[in-house]
Parts: sequence; C-alpha cells; structure tokens
Amino acid sequence: MSAMSTTSGGAPAARASGGGVWAAAWRRLKADRVGVVSMVIVGVFLMLMLLAGANLVAAGWQQEIGVPNAPPTLLGPQPAEDTGTIATPHGPNVDLSDIDPLAPRYAEWAERAKAFKTDEAPRAETLPLGGDRLGRDVLAKVIKGAEVTIFVGLAAAVVATLIGTVLGAVSGFFGGWVGDLLEWVYNVFTAIPSILLIFAFAAIFPRGIGAVVAILALSGWTGIYRLVRAEFIKHRVREYVRSAEAIGASQWSRMFRHILPNVSHVVLVQLSLHVVGFIKSEVILSYLGLGVSVDQVSWGTMLGEAQNELILGYWWQLAAVTTCMAVFVTAFALFTDALRDALDPKLRGLE
Amino acid sequence: MAAYLLRRLWQMIPTLVGVVLLVFFLFKKFGNDPAIILGGMNASAEQIEAIRDQLGLNKPVWEQLLIFLKQIVTFDWGVSWATREPVANLFATRLPATLTVTLPILVLEVLLAIPFAMAVATVRGSLTDRAVMICTTVAVSISLLVYVILAQYLFAFRLGWFPVQGWTGSHWTNLTTYAPLPILVAVAVSLAPQIRLYRSFFLDELGHDYVRTARAKGLTERTVLLKHVLRNALIPILTNVSVLVPGVLVGSFLIEVFFSIPGLGRELYLAVNRGDYPVIQAFSIYLAALTMTVNLLVDVLYKVVDPRVVFK
Repeated sequence: MSAMSTTSGGAPAARASGGGVWAAAWRRLKADRVGVVSMVIVGVFLMLMLLAGANLVAAGWQQEIGVPNAPPTLLGPQPAEDTGTIATPHGPNVDLSDIDPLAPRYAEWAERAKAFKTDEAPRAETLPLGGDRLGRDVLAKVIKGAEVTIFVGLAAAVVATLIGTVLGAVSGFFGGWVGDLLEWVYNVFTAIPSILLIFAFAAIFPRGIGAVVAILALSGWTGIYRLVRAEFIKHRVREYVRSAEAIGASQWSRMFRHILPNVSHVVLVQLSLHVVGFIKSEVILSYLGLGVSVDQVSWGTMLGEAQNELILGYWWQLAAVTTCMAVFVTAFALFTDALRDALDPKLRGLE
Repeated sequence: MAAYLLRRLWQMIPTLVGVVLLVFFLFKKFGNDPAIILGGMNASAEQIEAIRDQLGLNKPVWEQLLIFLKQIVTFDWGVSWATREPVANLFATRLPATLTVTLPILVLEVLLAIPFAMAVATVRGSLTDRAVMICTTVAVSISLLVYVILAQYLFAFRLGWFPVQGWTGSHWTNLTTYAPLPILVAVAVSLAPQIRLYRSFFLDELGHDYVRTARAKGLTERTVLLKHVLRNALIPILTNVSVLVPGVLVGSFLIEVFFSIPGLGRELYLAVNRGDYPVIQAFSIYLAALTMTVNLLVDVLYKVVDPRVVFK
C-alpha cells in the first residue's frame, strides 16, 4: 500500500478532496448511475447468498411443501384434472366376513393403528413462484441455487485470478528461463480448446462444488496470466520500481508491494469479468451432470429439471431461474463496466 | 513464407509435447485406476492385477509414457473402453456431423453480424442503437441452455417446424432437416456479442479522417459506408473471424450434447460420463494439434488477405 500512496498521493495539495486512487475510483463509481444500480442489485444477490449460506433463508428448499407442480400464487391453483382413476363404487358392499380369514383381526388392527399418528401436513395448492415436480418451493430453490452458482462463480474467479496473477507476476518480473517456462505452460493450456480442457478435468475430478471451482479455475486462468504478465513487464523497468530497488527492496517486495498495487485495477476488472463467465459455465456443467453433486441445487440443475417440466406446461421453474440469472449476470456485467471505467478513466467511452 | 511456416511448425513442437505431458500426467495422477474402471464392480484382485499387467500399468512411469507416445504417433489407441469401437474410427465417423453444424454457424454468424453491426453503428447514440445495445447486454447474460430449451420447446415441440432432435446417415437430410434448429440457436446466441464487437469496429472506422474526407467530397452515405468504411472494418473483423475458425472443431460441443448430434462433442461428453479415458485423451491431444494447425493456416490466409501484415 505504501507504493500506492506514493504514486497517487503525489500531489496531495492539488486534490483538495483527498483520498487515494481507490477513493477517486469510488467517487467516479458513485457518479455512474448505471454502475450504482447494478452494484445494489449485485449486493442484494450477495446478501442472499450469504443468508442462504448461513441457512437463514431457503434452508428448507428440500421440503415438499406444495402439491407437485404447484402453480405460482398469481395464477391460482390448478384446476382439478380428470386423472383417469376408476370411480369408487357405491352401493352396499357385499359382506365377506364369513369367508374373510382376516376379518376377526380388523378391529384389533384398527385399534393399534390409532397409536400411530401420521402427520399429513397440508400441502399448499399454490406457492409464491410455483413448485417443482416434487412440490418443492421454486423460490427457495432459486435462492439456494443462487447461493451455489454465485459462490462457484466467485470462488473460481478468485482462484483463477490468484493463479493467473502469481504466475503472471513471476513470469513478467523475472523473465528469463522462469518466464520461458511459464510461457510454455501458458501455451500448452491455451493450445487445448477450453471446452476440451473443462471436459478433461471433469473426467478425472469427482462431482461437487469444490471440483467445479477447480475445473473452472484451472481452465480459466490463462487470460489473467497474460494481462498481468504484460503489466509486470511494463512496470518492472519503471522509475518507482528502480527507486525501490535502489533503497534495497527485495524482489518479492517489489513485485507484490510496489508493482501489484499499481496493476491491481487490471486484476480486479479481470476478476469481475471472469465471475460472469464462470457462472455461465457452472450452469452448463451442472446441467450436464458434470457439476455439483445430486443432493445440491444450482441454477444449472434447476434448468435441467425445468426442461422436462416445460414440456408438461409447467414453465415457472424455467422462468424463475432465467429471470434471476439474467438479472444477476446483467447487473454484474454492467457493474464490471462501471468498475473498469472508474478504475481506469482512460478507457471511458471505449469498447 | 516457407521459412515462416517452418519456424511456426517448429515452435508447435514444445507446445505439443507439453499437451501430451499434461494429458498423460493429469490422468496418471488424478484419474482413477484404469484397471478398476475396466474391471468393473465384480472383478477380483487377480483380475485387476491381470488388467494392470495387460495395460502396462506396472511398468515404470517413463515406459508408460513411451507407450503413450507410441499410441499418439501411430494413431493406435486401441478401442474405447465402453463401446469397443476403435478410437481412430471415432474421429473419422464423428467429425462430419460436427462440421455439418459448425461450418454453417460460422458463416451465418459472420454474414449476419456485419450488416446488423453496420446498421447499428450508423445510428450511433440513437434510441435504436441504445435499445439494441441493451438487448444484446441482456441477451448475452441469459444462459445458452435457456435458448436451447426454449427453441426446442417452441419451434420443435409446439410449432413442429423442426424435429426436436435426430440424425441420419445422409448428409443432405442432416443439413436440411436436423441441423437447422441447432444452427439457428447457436447463431442467435453468438450474434449478440458479435454485433457488439463489430459495432465497435465500425465506430472506430467512422471516426477516421478518411470518412470525413469522403463525405466532404460529396459521396453518398451509402458509398462512404459500403466502399470505404466496410473495407477498412473488414480487417479487424477478419482478425476476429480467424479467432473463431478453430471453433469449427469444438465450437458446437454443447449444441451437440443438447441436440444429441453424434459429433465429436457428444462423443467426448459420453466418454467423460463413462470414464472412457482413451477417448478423452486421444480427443484432447489430436484436437489440440488440429486447432494449432488451423490457427497456423488462418494466420497464413490472413496474410494473403491483408498485405500489410508482415511475417516475423
């Protein structure tokens, strides 16, 4: 952080409002109306994610609280269908007690059955956003699914950024054979088309949230590596780095205490960009059954269920997931744009 | 030119070696024991040991790597563990289906994106422009899956314009009957980001001096756009197309899975689900090599199109 204050606070007197680069970026971000709105939306989703993670909301997403395929409340309950069952016969029953060998025990069984209570919880006819095939609440599922999907997207982006930044920093700063070696690794990873790489990783990793994060991060770090490396090559010969070297700053200190804060806006924007991509990938992986395990719910597994429900005319799960995902991803993408503009005003207006 | 080609081919070698090593050690270190997968659930310890012997899994690692290299060079991967189909055969039989889908996608998305992007770029800042930009932003944030599900439901199941899915032995029937819906979906999905990108190319060109000059000397807007701007914008567009071209090999993987098209992508997906390691390994290595070759070809072609590019 010391480097930041030296680079940004170079003319503290000139900037009366004060603060460093981050404060200035924050001011620019706050002035961006679209950016603020999208940030609020992203914030709401992140809150939901945390609440769901702490089991405060949507904890009972697996409970079957409604009738199967319960429609959304706005639509009202489903009309009773002719299910094709045989009508109960009426008229006097033939008395079979004489020949029924079990007849003497019916009374006894009825007595014993009374000792047990079956809780027949009344199932709701309608649910706020409808119910799925088993009568689970789509609203709860979509929140729980958001938790899993967004967590995977964020975690994978963080891990990929970490890999890309560290390798890119080392490669760009040291160059030489270390740089060549890392360039070779980069070339190898980019030579394999990413979908192929994802499938290959999916073949050898087990199913689960951790595995999806690993799959996405291991196949998605290359772009960040490239950018960070270019930045480090650019910065390592700059004067402030030279000065740091002159006063005896170690290599690691120059890399991560001096250069990194100065390229952190690149890293942050990349992190943000990758979240959106990874969320989309997670959804597809989970739909294909290569993502989260079967006892978890994510937007991807919900879309998988929704496909079969749609053919039967139950569209609400699909609508819920699609809307949530579109809102979140659009907001996140717009937030990323605003973040980029705020952190690097030179880019404003360019695409 | 020849020297350039040779050097590029020479540079491919370390990368290919890396791909081979990556695939080999990935499956060696993290994959399950092939003998246990092959043996099935009821295999006895002796049977598993026998399979290990047969596969050479008891040999030292470097010897296994040599066997692996030999398999790659001789195209002899044996048979798929799941279907007993020769792996080499899989490539020959699955590639046509993939190309039937990917080639029309590539052509259509580029040919459609150019006029759309140009139209949007000329009305920059207008309500139409902003509406299109908002629509594309939202359109790219919806999962590909949703488009597939809705298109299958609406166009195939409800309206019956296309079959829901299917494939035959005849290329013509495939192209006219079974491929249009997957192609339509893929193009619709990739059109939005493509339009955004090409629009920025056109906007870049529209800001140049030569456009002002052309307008100043009284050329019609039509001539300015079609003869001057389009030609210059085609260069970044071509660069973008060259990035898309390797996608003809793997670009339709997901579409194939969703529409059950028996192409390379679906085969790979099935192999992943079955733990069919030879198929996955062979696909990874050969497709990486093929992609690199296609990239090289594209670079060379690019030079033919734009004489300003100099080979270094």
